[in-house]
Amino acid sequence: MHPFRDVVVAGVHNPRQARVLEGETSLSVAIDATLGALADAGLDVRDVDGITGSLSSDLTYELGLGPVWQSASALGIPAVMEAAAQIATGLSDVVVVAAGQAGVYTERASTAPWTRPNHEFVAPYGMFTAAEFALIARRHMHMYGTTAEQMATVAATVRNNGHVHPDAIYAGRGPFTVDDILASRMVADPFHLLECAMTSEGGCAIVLARADRVPDLPHAPVWILGGSTDRIGPSYRHAPAWDLRGRDPDGIPNGYVGRRAARRAFATAGLGPDDVDVCELYDPFSFEIIRQFEAFGFCGEGEGGPFVMDGTIGPGGRFPITTDGGLMAFSHGGQTSQLLQRVIRGVQQLRGTCTTMQVEGAEVALCSGGGAGALFNDVLLLGRERP
Amino acid sequence: MSPESAPTGDDRLVPQPATIPPPTPSSHSAPYWEAAARHELVYQRCDACKRAEFDPAVVCRRCGARALTWARSAGLGTVYSWTVVWRPQQPSFVVPYAPAIIDLDEGYQMLAAVIGCRVADLAVGLRVAVEFHPVADGFALPYFRPA
Ligand SMILES: [Zn+2]
Repeated sequence: MHPFRDVVVAGVHNPRQARVLEGETSLSVAIDATLGALADAGLDVRDVDGITGSLSSDLTYELGLGPVWQSASALGIPAVMEAAAQIATGLSDVVVVAAGQAGVYTERASTAPWTRPNHEFVAPYGMFTAAEFALIARRHMHMYGTTAEQMATVAATVRNNGHVHPDAIYAGRGPFTVDDILASRMVADPFHLLECAMTSEGGCAIVLARADRVPDLPHAPVWILGGSTDRIGPSYRHAPAWDLRGRDPDGIPNGYVGRRAARRAFATAGLGPDDVDVCELYDPFSFEIIRQFEAFGFCGEGEGGPFVMDGTIGPGGRFPITTDGGLMAFSHGGQTSQLLQRVIRGVQQLRGTCTTMQVEGAEVALCSGGGAGALFNDVLLLGRERP
Repeated sequence: MSPESAPTGDDRLVPQPATIPPPTPSSHSAPYWEAAARHELVYQRCDACKRAEFDPAVVCRRCGARALTWARSAGLGTVYSWTVVWRPQQPSFVVPYAPAIIDLDEGYQMLAAVIGCRVADLAVGLRVAVEFHPVADGFALPYFRPA
């Protein structure tokens, strides 16, 4: 019996995202997201008996959910996995995973606060997220000859997905060519501005339920086929070396963080990369897409650069990526919501309800979160068929 | 230069002004910063398995032994990976600057920044040597210059 056979993704919702959501707070956004996801599932707040996410304590109180099972998993896929396990083990029936952020990033002369923890061995060197991920990309370029054009192809693909998506913050900003990407100003070499995630405000929520609690869902049910999370250490406190390893000298290096998680996810699902129809990959920086294709086993080590060329990752390609525009064009609402939004887009793809970049007949979606520059990477496999 | 100016490979990499925020030592990193103030680069070596350990650890990250002994590095190494930042982390930083991971000859890696050369001179494998520059509150920060 599949461990998540009785766990269904019942509802998803993205409230409005924007560079700045005037008059909103993190809590108000998370409330909108939660109520929207419950409505999407055809459920009422009184049906909820579990909640997780960074604002779960406030949401429990403000929405009057209590007494309720509550946790505070914050980083997208780990929260979804925790909620799924909660239901699979019979401890809850309807669990909300919610995120929201607004009014936090106001001092725009600096990079966003969550990109630069004040840690003694990185902060004095002016490190922040883009530089951390750049050190990973540069090492890969050195080892395998990965090129600026290959990375810019990723960025153009993701940004053009957002260009046509009416709900994306950067809707209508494109289309972008590879040359446009490479002509944007350098932020942290090799990353140009258009190869980096935006900063914005927003939120989202997902409702998971035990299948027999939601027999008449308004949308096609989507199922959790497998998933796992990889962690190497705290983000932005240690040198983000490609070859950073745990105690096992032959273990998976930080450069391939996510590989162990992908193997476990595929093993639970009984599937492999060739079974995936759409890759809703986390896109903090262009190179991360190339790295994840290698880490997850879609191509060999060092082959990720050539792999993303020739239309493979674009519309109609074998492995379309990040079809809502991702962190580069859809939204990057702070610390956690964009990590959950890859899962939401995977659900929409499998429902067949995407108004843009719908992958026709998609049966299996791979969603991811995190990256080697931050020492973590998570994988979730969603399916249209009950496992 | 300002972030709006077009970056070029001819831009020279220099230490940050002493006005950047100083480091906030943790309980077990104090010996590192005390040595740095004397312009000495130190690391820990595991008494049991001889692994060179950085950043400062409580137990050896390879064998788990608690006996870690501070040792002085010759401060020589090679660039393992590098970047050039053109959008500063915060306004007190002057761009461009070049964070880099350095492979020290003693067998450990550390994050620092490369100075004393042009942006176009940066490369993986570049030989570098440590030098120290002051920051606030009596701290000194190690940088690496082409050797
Ligand atoms: Zn040891």
